[in-house]
Amino acid sequence: MDHKLLAKLITKIENSPELAPEIIQRFPESRSKVIGFTGSPGVGKSSLIDQVIKQLRDKDLSVAVVAIDPSSPFTKGAFLGDRIRMRDHFVDEKVFIRSMASRGALGGLCDAAFDVVKLLECSEFDYVLVETVGVGQSEVEISNLADLTVLVLSPGFGDEIQMLKAGVMEIADLYAINKSDLPESDTLYTQLLAFLSLAGRGEKQVCRTSAYTQDGVQELVERIEDLWNSLCKSGMLDERRRKRLQYHAEHILRRLVQKAVHSVKGCKTENPYEFVQVALSRLCETHLKKDGQGGGI
Amino acid sequence: MRIFRILIAKPGLDGHDRGAKVVAHALRDAGFEVIYTGLRQTPDQIVRTALQEDVDLIGLSILSGAHLQLSRKVIELMKKEGIDHIPVFVGGIIPPDDVPQLLQMGVKRVFGPGTALSKIVEEVKTILHEGVASTGGS
Repeated sequence: MDHKLLAKLITKIENSPELAPEIIQRFPESRSKVIGFTGSPGVGKSSLIDQVIKQLRDKDLSVAVVAIDPSSPFTKGAFLGDRIRMRDHFVDEKVFIRSMASRGALGGLCDAAFDVVKLLECSEFDYVLVETVGVGQSEVEISNLADLTVLVLSPGFGDEIQMLKAGVMEIADLYAINKSDLPESDTLYTQLLAFLSLAGRGEKQVCRTSAYTQDGVQELVERIEDLWNSLCKSGMLDERRRKRLQYHAEHILRRLVQKAVHSVKGCKTENPYEFVQVALSRLCETHLKKDGQGGGI
Repeated sequence: MRIFRILIAKPGLDGHDRGAKVVAHALRDAGFEVIYTGLRQTPDQIVRTALQEDVDLIGLSILSGAHLQLSRKVIELMKKEGIDHIPVFVGGIIPPDDVPQLLQMGVKRVFGPGTALSKIVEEVKTILHEGVASTGGS
């Protein structure tokens, strides 16, 4: 798809999510390899993605990137600065980079992410790379969106106690220890292997990368490809895609429910359950009238 | 809900972006989504970024003295890509004598040294609302 049109459609989806089904239905279904990159702020997610793009382009594969940064809870403004690290690819016709603001979403993504990834898949990119906001410990939504998730770590992460904590450490299919040119990365590597061995996992899940020296990036891309292929063969990929569909549907429903709740006016009840009944009937009235297409979803 | 998106770009070879960052920060605080390209961008990189990010406004920060050439080139490329409806403003070390030329080539506003941030934010809002009025809000 023409990049200009694609960019306009993404804006439409972002600003008016109710237009998403009509926009996406215009294009034939297609499938890309959707890879998530998550990790704390400053570990080098964007710089690593920049190098991953380079590897993929060397194979003449087309790449779309969705890079999400946080919105201000006070002003709704945002400073979107992931793209800076990917400047070598700005004029490449087969690379499309879109910065998005989280707009109040808390899971590390933005509300439009599911629809935008779907649209990018329809645009027949070989790879869609999704970069989350810099996350803490519990933002794990990327694992519901991506086919596989890379957790990017860097020296300074903390001791092995941090690794034992539930949340983001658990969702990774692959771990990239970035900034591996720094000597402290050896300790992190040893700690990570010790942690993974507890779960019966090991070296195959860990790549040592340096976006700065470019070491290890080729290996990371090979691991991503191998893992994607094995997920595909084992049927796990289809299972993950079904899970994604459910989460996507949940997102859409949540938005409709919010709209329905806010549209309930003149209901004097003090009983929240009665209020729910009113909101639910409002929801059904609005959305169950057309033949499965939904009334203005 | 529509939130305006603004590209702040540094074309050419000057190596200072304090001003661009200060303006980007002020626009962020005014509720805009600001995309910053970083230093030393070619006009081609800037125009491709504006296109992919579907921005509503482009701000060029130029301190090198090459503002006439660089602005002209950016506007030319925007025409070529069919995105010359996006308004452009220029900030930086711009001699007052050059301002009429910039405005004539299509630049909407020029902000020289010492311009108050509140003035920039106010002008940006004016430019964006002019744009909405002329395109019927799309």
